[in-house]
Amino acid sequence: MLRASLRQVSAALKEGRVTPTELCQRCLALIKSTKFLNAYITVAEETALKQAEESEERYKRGQPLGILDGIPIAVKDNFNTAGIETTCASNMLKGYISPYNATVVQKLLDQGAVLLGKTNLDEFAMGSGSTDGVFGPVRNPWSYSKQYKEKSVPKSHSEDEESNWVITGGSSGGSAAAVSSFTCFAALGSDTGGSTRNPAAHCGVVGLKPTYGLISRHGLIPLVNSMDVPGILTRCVDDAAVLLGSLAGHDPKDSTTIQDDFKPFELPNLTDVSKLSIGIPKEYHVPGLSSEILALWSKAAELFKNAGAKVVEVSLPHTRYSIVCYHVLCTAEVASNMARFDGLEYGHRSDMKDSTESMYAATRREGFNDVVRGRILSGNYFLLKQNYEKYFVKAQKVRRLIANDFVKVFRSGVDILLTPTTLSDAAPYTQFIQEDNRTRSAQDDILTQAANMAGLPAINVPTALSERGLPVGLQFIGRSFQEKQLLTVAKWFEKQVQFPVIQLEEVKRHDSGVFQHQKSASFS
Amino acid sequence: APAPPPLARRASGNSRKAQEISQGSDSNQRVPTSGLDLVPLKQVSVEVLDHLEHLALVDFRDAEGVERLQKAIQFADQLHEVNTDGVEPMDSVLEDRCLYLREDDVTEGNCTKELLENAREKVEEYFVAPPGNGLLIKIS
Repeated sequence: MLRASLRQVSAALKEGRVTPTELCQRCLALIKSTKFLNAYITVAEETALKQAEESEERYKRGQPLGILDGIPIAVKDNFNTAGIETTCASNMLKGYISPYNATVVQKLLDQGAVLLGKTNLDEFAMGSGSTDGVFGPVRNPWSYSKQYKEKSVPKSHSEDEESNWVITGGSSGGSAAAVSSFTCFAALGSDTGGSTRNPAAHCGVVGLKPTYGLISRHGLIPLVNSMDVPGILTRCVDDAAVLLGSLAGHDPKDSTTIQDDFKPFELPNLTDVSKLSIGIPKEYHVPGLSSEILALWSKAAELFKNAGAKVVEVSLPHTRYSIVCYHVLCTAEVASNMARFDGLEYGHRSDMKDSTESMYAATRREGFNDVVRGRILSGNYFLLKQNYEKYFVKAQKVRRLIANDFVKVFRSGVDILLTPTTLSDAAPYTQFIQEDNRTRSAQDDILTQAANMAGLPAINVPTALSERGLPVGLQFIGRSFQEKQLLTVAKWFEKQVQFPVIQLEEVKRHDSGVFQHQKSASFS
Repeated sequence: APAPPPLARRASGNSRKAQEISQGSDSNQRVPTSGLDLVPLKQVSVEVLDHLEHLALVDFRDAEGVERLQKAIQFADQLHEVNTDGVEPMDSVLEDRCLYLREDDVTEGNCTKELLENAREKVEEYFVAPPGNGLLIKIS
């Protein structure tokens, strides 16, 4: 049952085949036995059970709040959650109890969702591995899957497990791992440069980055105000559509949300793709793209072509500058956003008492890790009066060029772009940490962050297993606010590829097997 | 299947490295930093570093920190390869829309207690900061 989709389990709740408290307890038990994944920073056991009980009352009265009532979900620890610690995986906010709920959290709770806990991430969402938080790295559940173990060179059992585990990707690694390991039915992440899609690809789950302005950022501790969006992680595309329906819409508390009416939708079962035009951006064939993923990408294009869709090569000429542009804009906005952490009103405060400035400086030295401090310093450099035009404004101009590239392509008749999400499958942790965070982020964000630059919706769909038995996903990028079209195509693709279910021992032990899952032939 | 397009590649002084990577099929290849390795790192003057530390209120005086900054600058310098004549800077992807403005009515507030909860040092309804201005103290 834990392996069911959100919609399936919601139906089960409605029909009384399972109760919200039972479901909640099972998820909590599974979280305990998968603790070694380090996906959760805080497990809100008491409040979750209370929410489950309240949900159960509503079901008994025949008055559930909706499809999300009683559904266990997890939230990335950079969203404010009232009464629950919100740390951003940083010493700066250890012990910080939010006085309010982020709008997206409030919406989920208002619909009866059960908040199991806060998930692990890279400190302040800066990173592409979920390895740089103060609570330690998140382990990819696939490291412990039958599929991965079968493909690993057998060493002694304990050595194998301990040294071979792979990263989740990041920065929403905890959320991706939580969904992937069945401890929740959906999770919130955030996406600034790919932070939802990257771990989704590595963990074999659906990761949706909505259009900028569709979902409220109120309560999401900001990284880059002009690019951040809340991200949605689920096990299938239909579930992502459900979450989207619950979260999207104007928020008076976030002036960057659009005012258009948003109508939640159910995804049609697309059978005829002949009217579809899929664009393959040639610049996404980057050096460093693994031959495996390249082959999968080609195969996917073939799939669409054989089904009657129009598949065309397109060009987004400024792609190779988007990572540089992002580097400047991101560090500049980070420098500004991190200025609020000074120890006075909340968060860590140093014992240094000599002067206000020295207290601020000491607090920030003690509270932030190297990655955060490095970005603050770089950002301030680019914002210096003598550098402002040369770097910051220049980057803003390049941003327009990047956004225009997409506009031109979509204007030429292309409906959806198809690209890889990551350069390769998940790296072993020991290998990943050999290079510094900035280098890694620059490499790993290359395929995902142009969508943030242009504010476009994008989604990772798990596609196949690599030769190492690890998930590989492909990315679809759509037009602004055309999530319905994007998700419809993604759902069609998902159905074609039949990505295999992860085989985890722990889950088998906790699951009652109420739902049978077919093991279909996979797309490889 | 679409024929593999020519690999997008930056002008590289390190062509051997780039070639190795394009031929290999290692599933964990890394993107080459190309000729950047050969260009000397930009020197940041001590005055600028001081100024930065003062503005950012993060100290980063060790050699590693300075090198990191220099590499970041070098990386950003690639922007200057792009011709942006006549291009307007883009602040927001929503620039074509009107910002939502609500009525100037007070709808929230009276949450002093909640706001003070998370502060470590306070006196009555004040946040307490250490005295003075560090810069002045330094000079005097």
